Amino acid sequence: MSDSRAIASLFIDPSRCIGCRACVHACSECAGHGGVSMIHLDAVDPGASVQTAPTVCMHCEDPDCVSVCPADAIKVDANGIVLSALAERCIGCGNCALACGFGVPKIDEKKALMQKCDLCYDRTSLGSAPMCATVCPSGALFYGTTEEIAALRRERPQSRFTFDAELVTTRNGVLLPASIDALGVGLRSAVKTSAELQLEEAIA
Amino acid sequence: MAELPASEAELVARYGPSLAFEPPGGFAARGTPDRLVKTHCCFCGQQCGMQLAVKDERVVGVEPWEEFPFNRGKLCPKGIKRYLQSNHADRLLHPLARCDGGFEEISWNRALDVATERITAIQREHGRDAVAVLSGASLTNEKAYLMGKFARLALGTRNIDYNGRLCMVAAGSANLKAFGIDRAANPWADLLETDLILVAGSNVSECSPITTDYIWRARDRGARLIVVDPRLTPIARTADLFLPVRPGRDLALFNAILHEVIRLGGVDRAFVAAHTTGFDAVAETVRDYAPDAVAAEVGVPAHRIREAAAMWVAAPKSMLLHARGIEHHTKGVDNVLSCINLVLATGRIGIPGTGYATITGQGNGQGGREHGQRCNQLPGARDIENPVHRAEVAAVWGVPEESIPRKGATAPEIFEKIHSGEIRGLISICFNPLVSLPDSRFTREALEKLDFFMPIDFFLSETARHADLVLPGSLQEEDEGTVTSAEGRVIRIRQAVTPPSEARRDWEIICALARRLGAERHFDFDSPRAIFEELRRASRGGTADYSGITYEKIEEQMGVFWPCPSDEHPGTPRLFEKGRFYHADGRARFHAVTYRPPVDAVTGEYPVILTTGRVVSQFLSGNQTRRIGPLVEQIPEPYVEMHPRLAGELGIDDGMLVRVTSRRGFVDLVARVVATIRPDTVFIPYHWGGNRSANRLTVRAYDPVAGIPEYKVAAVRIEPIAEMAAS
Repeated sequence: MSDSRAIASLFIDPSRCIGCRACVHACSECAGHGGVSMIHLDAVDPGASVQTAPTVCMHCEDPDCVSVCPADAIKVDANGIVLSALAERCIGCGNCALACGFGVPKIDEKKALMQKCDLCYDRTSLGSAPMCATVCPSGALFYGTTEEIAALRRERPQSRFTFDAELVTTRNGVLLPASIDALGVGLRSAVKTSAELQLEEAIA
Repeated sequence: MAELPASEAELVARYGPSLAFEPPGGFAARGTPDRLVKTHCCFCGQQCGMQLAVKDERVVGVEPWEEFPFNRGKLCPKGIKRYLQSNHADRLLHPLARCDGGFEEISWNRALDVATERITAIQREHGRDAVAVLSGASLTNEKAYLMGKFARLALGTRNIDYNGRLCMVAAGSANLKAFGIDRAANPWADLLETDLILVAGSNVSECSPITTDYIWRARDRGARLIVVDPRLTPIARTADLFLPVRPGRDLALFNAILHEVIRLGGVDRAFVAAHTTGFDAVAETVRDYAPDAVAAEVGVPAHRIREAAAMWVAAPKSMLLHARGIEHHTKGVDNVLSCINLVLATGRIGIPGTGYATITGQGNGQGGREHGQRCNQLPGARDIENPVHRAEVAAVWGVPEESIPRKGATAPEIFEKIHSGEIRGLISICFNPLVSLPDSRFTREALEKLDFFMPIDFFLSETARHADLVLPGSLQEEDEGTVTSAEGRVIRIRQAVTPPSEARRDWEIICALARRLGAERHFDFDSPRAIFEELRRASRGGTADYSGITYEKIEEQMGVFWPCPSDEHPGTPRLFEKGRFYHADGRARFHAVTYRPPVDAVTGEYPVILTTGRVVSQFLSGNQTRRIGPLVEQIPEPYVEMHPRLAGELGIDDGMLVRVTSRRGFVDLVARVVATIRPDTVFIPYHWGGNRSANRLTVRAYDPVAGIPEYKVAAVRIEPIAEMAAS
């Protein structure tokens, strides 16, 4: 299938996210999504900050969603892409959504079906980027190899996350300042940005 | 005469806005498109390249166009969902005439007969200038050119103006004064090479999202970012330096930065001496603007103003960008000039990675202001009062110079002249002034006074509801043409589908009307290309010279930057190289500008500053985007954004319904309490009409040079609705 290049990875830089939801809208336009987006776009600290962050499936090496599925409905393909649940097997129980540390799977209650980001298999298998990363106006979502992103950005790609004691390693990555080794849940730094402090100073 | 023919609810039920969520037949039926048409977004001045997916001769979706160099496939929500305006249930498909209880469909023949009769009768009785034209900057260059020619030669009226009057004219006037030309000085690619980006009054993340990508790529290679804005916008959040200016105080801030730059020895004396005039008067003026002296008025600590100046001086290369935030003011032109003074004093222009640009807002905000649909302008950005310019255009048009009307009224002045009875008939296209002009009560009363109002539009806008006759025009994807992006890059809009039912391409409507009015000899066009060929000739020798641009050259080069004065010329991506400006002496002009406060002063009764602007999911007056379901869902309603400290003083909680009252009127909106705005300022997005319209509150006060309204500062008071009911 992959004619020109191997399927690469998505990298998320939440600090660049401008909350425009272009990724969400683009995802809803992708073939087979039927107008539904698989991307979550969250305000990190509404009211206090304008920071937002997109969440796409990280495509874990050892995906919890797969291991907790009682119907064996979630398959991982040969490229390591964690696919949406098979419609004929999925019972819509929501175990996967509860198990996923990133909160990725979406349950369509009416269809009793879990849907999630499949890394735009229809595009990536043909050498194209997923539509979300193609359109992202700020570069908060980037599709490419680890080498490509490392050459372009000062931030360092990370694909190791800790959830309590569990260490999760993923195909997709998050871009972080070089000082951080593994990312815990919650992407907003407790530290305010310079600009936020400068506003507080001006209006004090 | 032109009060609503039916209740607002009845008109909404019939003509919308209603919401479209899916392509024709639903997503499941979309299938593989028959073809992809490479074109550009129909919304803002970034003019992102994109592909429209066409199936069974209908636009059914959007695909990124990654080869187009400006946006490389990147799109904002509006671009991704713009296809939902095609095949829309609200679409106007037939000419409509006002009747008892609403509008009735009539034939094109009848519509053109009525239009001709009414226009002719008004002009016979009240003079040619009694019929005015309002045009728009979302039109292609071809249509913008045609509208100017139509007004001057078919109607013979001096009164034509366009909605760029509400958008780009302050920047345009200032650029013309300083540089002798009105265009972004640099291509956006120069942002990638710069060391410092200063963004003043531009919420780029929401209003020109693709520019965010340029800023981040510059920062990836070490560029620093200064943002000047009363609100901590998404791009401001990560800025190296954020100057939260009080609305209306930009000029004092920029004079203070220049004061400090001079003190630091940052002036490029060689550049100033060789390539400019007037610096000494500016230096004298800014002497009074020490950061300590202006900090309180500006609302920014003095040491931050000094820091900005130090960053500017230290940066080898810099780019200054601004937009409506500093331009929508009664001193909008002077605000822009204060920025240009900083750029010129430090010689930061005309060099790769170093320069200056206004971020033009409307789709064809650049080209739409160049080819004659402005009240003071003829094609090629010529001056309608300049005898040489008039003669040049008269020769192309084949008319005596004296037959071309002189300068007419600006768009806001047209409404004043409707009130005074001087203007009795109005033809409009691509303009929704009832939502977009300040003080909408005044606009509505004007519409109600007109003897004859005829909009050409694809959807029945709030303004068009007041029509006597509505002519169904075309969407951007239904016609060929060119537009000129914020960079000054002339690009091709390609037709994807034909207008549905009896809707017609706008230029065909205008030409048909011109023929009825006896001007057939001047409107013998059979295609947009034929109009463009005449535009090329008419612009030759003007400042905005398109004479060397062809449709083919645009396609070969992925756009052509004007000026492009000959067939061999590749176009001009960067202006002012080697310090050559467009005034006769080749020098740029400094202008000494002094600060004065905004017109609508805050007082005890109206103690809070209102500023207005945009959100990412809507565009301008919303006549298109308020019909696109996924965009409406993103931000369904306007709101009033305020700081927790102000909210606390007023007893307002997040989500509470509040009344915002100005000296013009009031609106009731939900409060959004956020820590990312100055406490002395509230913000309302302006895309909505009726009783949710921010422009019920804004003030009819205009820049004396450019005529741009002061949308960015009005004085208001705010009260919780519940408390009002109790008292």
